[in-house]
Amino acid sequence: MSISVQHISKSFKKVTAVNDVSFEVKEGELFGLNGPDGAGKTTIFRMLTTLLFADKGTATVAGFDVVDDYKEIRNNVGYMPGKFSLYQDLTVEENLDFFATIFGTTIEENYELIKDIYVQIEPFKKRRAGALSGGMKQKLALSCALIHKPKVLFLDEPTTGVDPVSRKEFWEMLKRLQQKGITILVSTPYMDEAELCDRIALIQHGKILQIDTPQEIIKHYPKKIYDVRADNMYRLIESLKSFEHHYSVYPFGEFVHYTDKRDDFNPQELQQYLAANDHQNIKIEITKTTIEDTFMELAK
Amino acid sequence: MKNNNVIEVENLTKKFGDFTAVNSISFEVKKGEIFGFLGANGAGKTTAMKMLIGISKPTSGKAQVAGFDVFTHPEDIKKNIGYMSQKFALYDDLTVKENITFFGGIYGLSRAKIKEKRNELVEELGLEDIVNELVGSLPLGWKQKISFSIALLHSPTIVFLDEPTGGVDPITRRQFWEMIYKSANSGTTIFVTTHYMDEAEYCDRVSIMVDGKIEALDTPKKLKEQYKADNMNEVFLKLARG
Repeated sequence: MSISVQHISKSFKKVTAVNDVSFEVKEGELFGLNGPDGAGKTTIFRMLTTLLFADKGTATVAGFDVVDDYKEIRNNVGYMPGKFSLYQDLTVEENLDFFATIFGTTIEENYELIKDIYVQIEPFKKRRAGALSGGMKQKLALSCALIHKPKVLFLDEPTTGVDPVSRKEFWEMLKRLQQKGITILVSTPYMDEAELCDRIALIQHGKILQIDTPQEIIKHYPKKIYDVRADNMYRLIESLKSFEHHYSVYPFGEFVHYTDKRDDFNPQELQQYLAANDHQNIKIEITKTTIEDTFMELAK
Repeated sequence: MKNNNVIEVENLTKKFGDFTAVNSISFEVKKGEIFGFLGANGAGKTTAMKMLIGISKPTSGKAQVAGFDVFTHPEDIKKNIGYMSQKFALYDDLTVKENITFFGGIYGLSRAKIKEKRNELVEELGLEDIVNELVGSLPLGWKQKISFSIALLHSPTIVFLDEPTGGVDPITRRQFWEMIYKSANSGTTIFVTTHYMDEAEYCDRVSIMVDGKIEALDTPKKLKEQYKADNMNEVFLKLARG
C-alpha cells in the first residue's frame, strides 16, 4: 500500500473536521477524495503530509509512519496545496530551482519527469510567479511538487477556479504522471472529475460515505432516475415536489432528476399529472446515474 | 429599450493600451431570463461585466442596463442591480443580522424597510437560530444563500452573480439554483458568470466569450445540437480550443 489510513480523527475546538476515516491507496493508483468545502479533505492532506497531528488513529505514506518517520515522508512526497504557495516574487525558473535545491537535487536531474508540464511555461521562465495566469500558476506548482521525483503526489483541489480547458489539460497530465508510476491522491469538490479517478472516496462532514471505483459507485444507486423537462423550470420543480409519490427531485442543468418511491412507477402517470398542472412541452426520459446523484443519495 | 429587454449591448469594446480585452460584443437579455456569461480565464468576462455594472467605462460601443446608459448613468445602474460574488460576499466578522442591516443601508432602504425585509428573509431561509451568529462561523452554503438574498434586498431589476456556487455540496447547490429559479420566475433577471459548465446547463441562454469576442450565444440545448456535444463542457472545449 502506498497510503494507508486507519481510523484517523481530528478536531479543532468544537468542530470535528475528520471523524474516524480509514482508506488505502495502492501503489500507482489515482485516488480521489471527493466532497464539498468543509468535508475535511484539506485536514486529511495535512495529516498525511506531516503538517498536522491526528488526534486519533494512524497512517503510513510510502511505508513510513506519518508521526515517527515524518522526515522520510517529506523527502518522498510532493504536495500541492489548494492555495497557491510558491514565492510570488521569484521568477518561474527561480521557484523551480529553489525547490530542487531544497530537496538536494537539480532541475536537470529530474527534468524528464516535469518536461511535459514545464515546456508549457518555459517561455515565461523569467516572469515572476505572482504575474502568471491561473492555469500557468497551477502548472508551475505541479512542476515544483514533482521536481524531487516523489513516490506519492498529494494534490489538494488543483482545479478549483480553473477554466474547463485548463482543467482538462490538467487531468491529462495526471494520467501521464500516473503512467510513470507515481501514486496520486487528489481532492476535488467537482463530481465530474471523480469519474476520472481509479477509485474515489466520497466524503462529507469529516466522514467517508463510500469508497469504490466510480463505475461501482454508480452501479449501486438504488433507483431509476428520470430526466424531466417542461417550459417553466421553477413551476416544474414545485409540481414534482408536490407529487405524492416523489422520492427525490433535484434540478440537473436543463432537466430535473426525478425518482419515484415505487418500483413499478409508470412515467405516463407523471406525464398526465404534469399536463393536468398546466405544464407545456413535457418530456420524461430515463437517464444515466451520475456520481453526483449517488453523492446526494448518500448525503441525505 | 425594446420590449422586455433589461440589458442591451451593442459593439461594446474595452481597450487597455494596445490590448483589446472586450472586442465589440453585442447581446440582449430579457426580463426574468437566466443568462449565463461564460469564457475561459482571461477571455474578457470580468472586464465586460465591470462595464455592465457601471464600474468601468467602455472605450466604445453602447450599453443599457436596467434602462440606464453605462456611459452617462452608471450610478443609476448601481442602484438598480444586485451583485454577488464568491470572492466578496458578506462581512465575516458581522452577524447575519448586522450584514443584512449594513447592506440594506448601503442600498438606501429605510430602517422600517430594512426591518421588514430582514424578517422576511429570516423566515424564508429559516435563519431564526443563526441570525445573531457571526457570518464567519457559518458553512459556505449558508453564506451563499444569505448573500444571494442580500443581493435581492432592494428588489433590483437584475442580479449579477459572479461565479456564485463553487465548492458547495451538491444538495446545497441545488437549493441555491432553486432560489435563482424562484426569483427569475418572479421577474428578476439573473446574469451569471461561471466557468463551471454544469452551472451553464441551468441557464435559459448562455454566451461564450473567447479572446474578447462572443463566439456563441443560444440556449444550452441548441448549442449542444449545433456543436454535436453531449454537454456544455464539450461545447466549451470545442469553442475555446478552436
